[in-house]
Parts: sequence; structure tokens; C-alpha cells
Amino acid sequence: MDVVVVGAGVIGAACADALSAAGLRVTVLDRGPLASGTSAAGEGNILVSDKEPGPELDLALSSLSRWPALVGDTDIEWDPKGGLVVATGDPAPLAHFAAVQREAGVDARWITPAEALEREPHLTTRVTAAVHYPQDAQVQPVLAAQALLSNVRRRGGVLRPGVTVVGLDARGVHTSEGVIACDHVVNACGPWSGEVSRALGAPIAIAPRRGMVLVTAPLPPTVHHKVYDADYVGAVASGDADLQTSTVVESTAAGTILIGSSRERVGFDESIRIRVLRELARKAVALFPSLADVPVMRAYGGFRPYAPDHLPVIGADPRVPGLWHATGHEGAGIGLAAATGALLAELLTGATPHLDPTPFRVDRPGVLECA
Amino acid sequence: MKVVVIGGGPAGLAAARAAAGAGADTVLVDSEPTLGGQFHRGDPQRVDPRVRHLANSTVWAVEGMRLHVRTGPADSPSRTGETLNADAVVLATGAHDRVVPFPGWDLPGVYTAGAAQALAKGQKIAIGHRVVVSGTGPFLLPVAESLKAVGAEVLRICDANTGLGWLGRPRAASPAKLAELLGYAVRLGAAWRPRTAVVAAHGEDRVNAVTVAKLNPDWTIRSQERVAVDAVCVGHGFTPRLELAVAAGCVLTDGFVQVDHTGATSVPGWYAAGEVTGIGGADLAAAEGEVAGAAAARGACPTKALAKVRSGRRFAAALADAHPIRPGWHTWLTDNTLICRCEEVTYKDLRAAVDLEASGTRTFKLTSRIGLGLCQGRTCARAAVDIATALSGDRRTFFTPADLQRRPIATPLRLAELASLPEEDL
Repeated sequence: MDVVVVGAGVIGAACADALSAAGLRVTVLDRGPLASGTSAAGEGNILVSDKEPGPELDLALSSLSRWPALVGDTDIEWDPKGGLVVATGDPAPLAHFAAVQREAGVDARWITPAEALEREPHLTTRVTAAVHYPQDAQVQPVLAAQALLSNVRRRGGVLRPGVTVVGLDARGVHTSEGVIACDHVVNACGPWSGEVSRALGAPIAIAPRRGMVLVTAPLPPTVHHKVYDADYVGAVASGDADLQTSTVVESTAAGTILIGSSRERVGFDESIRIRVLRELARKAVALFPSLADVPVMRAYGGFRPYAPDHLPVIGADPRVPGLWHATGHEGAGIGLAAATGALLAELLTGATPHLDPTPFRVDRPGVLECA
Repeated sequence: MKVVVIGGGPAGLAAARAAAGAGADTVLVDSEPTLGGQFHRGDPQRVDPRVRHLANSTVWAVEGMRLHVRTGPADSPSRTGETLNADAVVLATGAHDRVVPFPGWDLPGVYTAGAAQALAKGQKIAIGHRVVVSGTGPFLLPVAESLKAVGAEVLRICDANTGLGWLGRPRAASPAKLAELLGYAVRLGAAWRPRTAVVAAHGEDRVNAVTVAKLNPDWTIRSQERVAVDAVCVGHGFTPRLELAVAAGCVLTDGFVQVDHTGATSVPGWYAAGEVTGIGGADLAAAEGEVAGAAAARGACPTKALAKVRSGRRFAAALADAHPIRPGWHTWLTDNTLICRCEEVTYKDLRAAVDLEASGTRTFKLTSRIGLGLCQGRTCARAAVDIATALSGDRRTFFTPADLQRRPIATPLRLAELASLPEEDL
């Protein structure tokens, strides 16, 4: 069986990896260079800490256990640094959140403010409560996507950057470079999945949400975990169009510190907004006062793919036989990719899914749009 | 009518003068303590008193016609900030040295031509006693002369090209330019060696010798010899400073800001003059600045300057044709030659990234770490992308000049500075 995966970001790469491992002949298309969109614009989070109990957390836990085996010995800067969520106000909501996560199988450890300061000596002393999540990890997302694509190439799969998809019919996928015959097509175009689904004749409601990250000059080790403010959880789950920021501070292997993260619904507008950067800086300095004099070296932005109900879309399109979608992972795509690829391949080959695919189905309310 | 001119070199000075002369409320933002740019280094220039001069100031971000400025020494904790809302902007941000890497180019004692000249002209310091100058382009000649003036012995002036491209373009150079070149030939001719280059620098803590090679027309090596030196000066033309142009959304052509005859860019209200529009020297830059400054202020077109712009651009085009960068320099590199000094990325690392099909600027940077350090790729990115394009062979690549210059934060600022921006500046 021949499959064309459209989109060479981490989700497309994970689908192509799982499909080629299952013995299918895979071609991966991308209109640009490999792994150059959303996958090249994020922090590389593999998180369980920010997810409430439910299908997305199940997918995250499954993914977490699958990632190491997928990349083998390839260096993708895997760093099991752990997450530290801190509250500076009322600790009760964080305590409740951590308690229900624990019931769902997350390793969430309630620690005292003093213990939090021991783990992160530069943290503000205004911390009122903290939870340590040892399972949280980070990878360099472009290296991670490339590692998966290298698996595909090694199994005889074909990677074709610079090829745009324009349509789909019984002959196969129509592209800027001719028709590619295939039995199945997987739409894994992240925030551009909505556009591509329309070109393929089966529109789904995936839209972009913009995020920006500040990068400081390299420093000696200053921030050891992925540290974020307890208000992060509320922002992720919200659909408001207005700017939302919540502090996320972490260092990278190169010594730079990444400061996120903002969420705005501004379409594909790429222009910089100083107001957004100011909010990020303000909240970062509030969390880590000693970062005040650190120079910001660059800022970058990207687009996260989101569905109206904030759940990934993974499964067959009920309208067009042979068309599948794997998208809508918002800012969690790197973390969720491993299990997403596995689930998509299981559904496509008729194997038993390793977790319940129903919550991610394409024909749920709000996702299908009229053609 | 508020005109903001960015850059205080020959182009920016002329633009500010013309805009103020046309009656516009004019601000000149320049990163140096005194005006004049690289060209007038050591010889501070004045500007029309009607112009508000912001010294030690950089435009660190652009939002539409709003320019975010910081004022004060770069490493000072007490810089101040302001926001300029412009009706028109003239970009005159100039260019910095372009250097193609070679083994040992990161050794102490190896200087860019611009740095060597700044030391000689600004501080009367010679970079060494026995110096080889290498690269391509006529700029090597005044640099060699500056070095001699402060007491250095210039052993060789190696130009990897012949410069004979001039001969086919007799209308390109003015008599004044030809006379200037003739003067250099008389004074420096004995040291000048066409179609040669420093292809390696040697030494432990500091350069003590170089390999000088005779080159084929494509810059591959024909033969080589070792020369004892205590300093090397290299320059392969210039790279325009385009981050603000890219941030404003200006279309680039052949790696420079695309402008019409008045200096208007593709973005309404944004003008550009000087080296950001093409490398042509100070006289052309000043003429372009005068035209663009007048146009930005909606003043009368200075016809004399416009004529100079037209002839100057012919000269600039001939200059570029006579001093191309040929791909043979890639053969000078070894696996361990550093390409990006900030992040210590070698030639071998670039090859590994190309093998992973990192074929766009962003993925190439993130895969190899090229250009992610403090200089943000200003020194190395162009050479790195040339290498990547060559190594990619028949495979498709997606590198664009604009992507190399995409730095929405054009100059670093402290987190506290960003955090304390007042509401009215947003």
C-alpha cells in the first residue's frame, strides 16, 4: 500500500515513521523545507504537567513512553529536566490540579516553596506553592523531526520538500509536480491543515494561533527545569482571541534561556508586536528577578494548529475515502507526536489502537466544515 | 512631516541634510558617538543644526512606521528609550565586512579589512609589522595604504580576482575614479598580486605565517607558498545591514534593498540609500542619500545628485562584476575549519546538517547551530549558506537573503528594558 503524508513537521514525520515501520510505502511531501514550520518555532516540549486528566493526557503519557525508542541513538538533545510549576498567589487551584493529575497517573510531587528555591535558586521568593513533575522533558524539535524522517528514508520512504498539494481524486494526490498515485493521504500540515483540507475537498476547522518566544544570550546554568507559572494551564485551554501570556522559562543545551509563551489569534500575521514581547519579559522577570539584566538576543514566532475544542484531530475523514488527518496539537505537537503517529498507523492498517481513538475522531462537533 | 534617517554615514548625513532642507522635522539615529560612519572614522562629521541627532542610539525594532529606539552605550544599564512615529524613514544602515572563511581565520592576528582600517585611521594602531592583505575588491588598496601610513610593512596585497572586468565597461568609471586607482597602482603596485589569496593562517596562540596560493579563475588552488607574517587583513567586499529593511518588509533584489531612482523601497514611506542598496562607495552613497532624503520629505528632486546616482550605479555594477566571489574558496576549507565562531560550528557540522536535508535557513540554523550565537549570523551566515547550497548539489534548497537577515530584535536589549517599556510606546 502506498501512502502520501502531506507535511514534514514532527506530526507528519511521526506518522510517516509509524506507517513505514508497518511496511507501507511512504512519500512525505512538504511545500517548504523539511521540519521548517511549527516544528522549527517551538521549545520542544514533551510535557505531562500542563495537561488535565482526559484524552490528551492519555496521548501525552503514551507518547512519553514511546519517544526514546523511536529515535534510538540519534542525538535530539533529549533532556529529562522535569517541570516545575509554581504559584505566586492562592495555592489551592494548583493543589487541586496536581491531585487530579496524580489520580490519572502523572508523577506530580507537591513540594514546599523552600524546596522549589533549592531546585531553582534564582526563582522569586514570592512562590507560595510548587509542584515538581519529573516526567517532563525537552528535545530539540527540528532534530527530533529529522530523526524520524531519517527512519523513513532508511526504510525506503521518499522525502520531497518543495512540493505543494493542490487536490485529490481517484488517480491520487495532485501536486505542483504532477499526480502521485496512492491508496491513502495523511493531512499533517499543522496550522495549514485547514487550507490543505479545503484543497483536498474535505475541510476541517483547524486555525492558527500565534506564539512568540524570547531568546536570551547564553548564560552559565541559571534555570534548571522547565519552570512555569500556574496560570499557564488556564491559557492553554482557553479559546479567547485576545493576547494571553503566561510565563514559561527554561534553558537550552546551548545555554540560552527561552521565554514563552504567548497565544494570539491573528491569522497568519507574522509582524512583531512589542506589546507581546513586553508581557513576556515582564512575567519572566517577575518569576526570575535576577534575569533583569540579561540581554535578549532574538525573538521568534510561530503558529500553533488548534481545533475549536482544543483536542488533536487524528483519524479518517468520513467524506473522502483514503483521506486521514493528524493535526490540531496546538503547542504540544512535539510531545504528542510519537503516540499520534502510532495511533494513525494503527487506524490506517486496521490494527487494534493502543488507546481509545474516539475523542480524536474527525467527525466530532465543530471540526467538520461544509465543503 | 517627520522623517527619521537611520545611520550616520555618508548616505544618512546627506539624507538628513536634504530632508531638513526640504522642511521636514528630521531625526538622525546613529549607533556611534560621533557622525560619519565607517568612511569618516576618526574624522567626525557635523550635520545640519535643524536635524535632531540621536547619538549612541539604535533602532531595535520596527512596527509599521513606529521605530523603537534605545539610547546609550550598548553595555550600559542606564540606556533610555523612545518611540519615533515617522511619516517617512530613510534606511542608511550601511554594510559591514564580508569575509570568506579559511583554515585559521579565527586566529588572533587575523583582522577584517574594516577593523584593520578602523584601528589605523581611528587610533593610529597598525595590526602588525609584517602584514599580508587578502581578499577581493578595490577597498583592499586604501586599507593597505592606511596600514603603511601607521608603519606596517605590507608584504602582499592578494586579490583573488584580476579586476580586469573593468576593461569591458569603459563608461563605468569616472576619470576621478580612474585617477584614484592609478594613484594606488603607483604607490602599492609592487605588492599587488592578482589571482592570489591567503588560503590558510598558521600559528598556535597567534598567526605567525600564512599560506598564499595562486588561484585558478574559479578560486581553486594552483600552487601555494608559506609566508611569515605577524598579522593578516582580509576583506571580500561587504554585506549590507538589512535587518531593519527586512523587519519593515522591504523587498530585496540580489541581496540588497530594491529601490527606484528616488530611493523608494517596496514599502510606502520607506526609503533606502547607500550600501544597503548596492556597494558603491561614499560618493554614490551621499548622492543617493541626498535624493532619498529629499524624496522622503516630499521636497524637490535634486537633479545634480540624481545624475550622480545614475552614473554611480553603473560604477557599482561594474565593481560587483569585476570582483565576484568564486566558489573555489570552498576547497580551501578542512573538516575542522570554523565557519561560525560564536557557536563553534565547523565545515563538517554544516555537511552533517546538509545530509539531514536541512535546506531552509531556519532548519539549517537549528540543525547546525550556525548563526545562533551573539553575532546572530552577521559574520558567518552568508558563507554558511553558500557552503550549504554547494553541498546540496542537485537537491532543492530554500535559502533566501531575507531569511538570513530576519532579526525582529535588531540589537540586543536587556529583559528589564523590554519589561519597562511605557504603555504609550506600545
